[in-house]
Amino acid sequence: MRQAAAIAVVAGAFALSFGVLCSETGLGLPMTVALSTLVFAGSAQLAAVGVMADGGTGAAAVLAGLLLASRNLAFGVALAPLLGGRLRRRLVAAQLVIDESVAVATAQPDPATARRAFWITGAAVFVPWNAGTVAGWALTGAIDVEATGLDAAVPGAFVALLAPRLTSPAARASALGGAAIALALTPVAPAGVPILLSAAGAGLGLLVGRRRAGVP
Amino acid sequence: MSWAAVLALAAGTYAMKAAGPLVLGGRRLPPGVTRITDLLPAALLAALVAVQGLTSGGAWALDARAAGVAAALLVAWRRGSFLTIVVAAVVVTAAVRALGG
Repeated sequence: MRQAAAIAVVAGAFALSFGVLCSETGLGLPMTVALSTLVFAGSAQLAAVGVMADGGTGAAAVLAGLLLASRNLAFGVALAPLLGGRLRRRLVAAQLVIDESVAVATAQPDPATARRAFWITGAAVFVPWNAGTVAGWALTGAIDVEATGLDAAVPGAFVALLAPRLTSPAARASALGGAAIALALTPVAPAGVPILLSAAGAGLGLLVGRRRAGVP
Repeated sequence: MSWAAVLALAAGTYAMKAAGPLVLGGRRLPPGVTRITDLLPAALLAALVAVQGLTSGGAWALDARAAGVAAALLVAWRRGSFLTIVVAAVVVTAAVRALGG
């Protein structure tokens, strides 16, 4: 469970940068807190608010967030056998289906340990995530974001989320495709749209994955 | 960001998280769907890194933040932890600005 403690610290730090971004984008505290408690999906929240910060529409922001959250569909399916039990319990468990809880749970040797790891990690992220969000939002006015370089914390967090995903050639091709599409479209498309269309980069990844698997 | 957008994002995200535990039970998704949901985050996260690091206000920009993102990428490539990567981005961006970059 040392793992859960380390994850909690990182979640708090990551949440700080999210709180800063929210207040800079002009979101009030209630909305900022609602995003962290109700959405509770780090990269999806950051993407949505990031699109808003660039001047995109609410619809573009929601779509960008949902596209990033789509992997939770696969996570939930992978964990479904573990998360049985009463309906109320499953409703709560579903909200805790996030990268960290899934990663720690699936790394356990047996179902009982995996189930316990899922709940502990989920809680170990949920609490600091929300506390960090509030702290980040409250601190923004008190610190000079530009001088401290805090505005780089969000892209930094995206790099940290991206890095462990680049293990396969297909994932690397997806990343290159997504970045190229977004950069090419930024000067010509409305804010948020380049991010949405970068999803097509996953198509490149699919092609690369197929070729390597030897499927015509 | 409006409350409608916040709630739509919350409802959509929850629906995706809950589909497995509530609806599918033990059944599996078709492999094509899983492959796409595996690759989408890589494409989108890379796009977010590129846009936040190399553009500003709808135009390409090479500034202190780009240096910070480059530092983060370097630390990530050297297998730094999540926290080290974020700190590298922040410190390098602040340093470049302090030097008048």
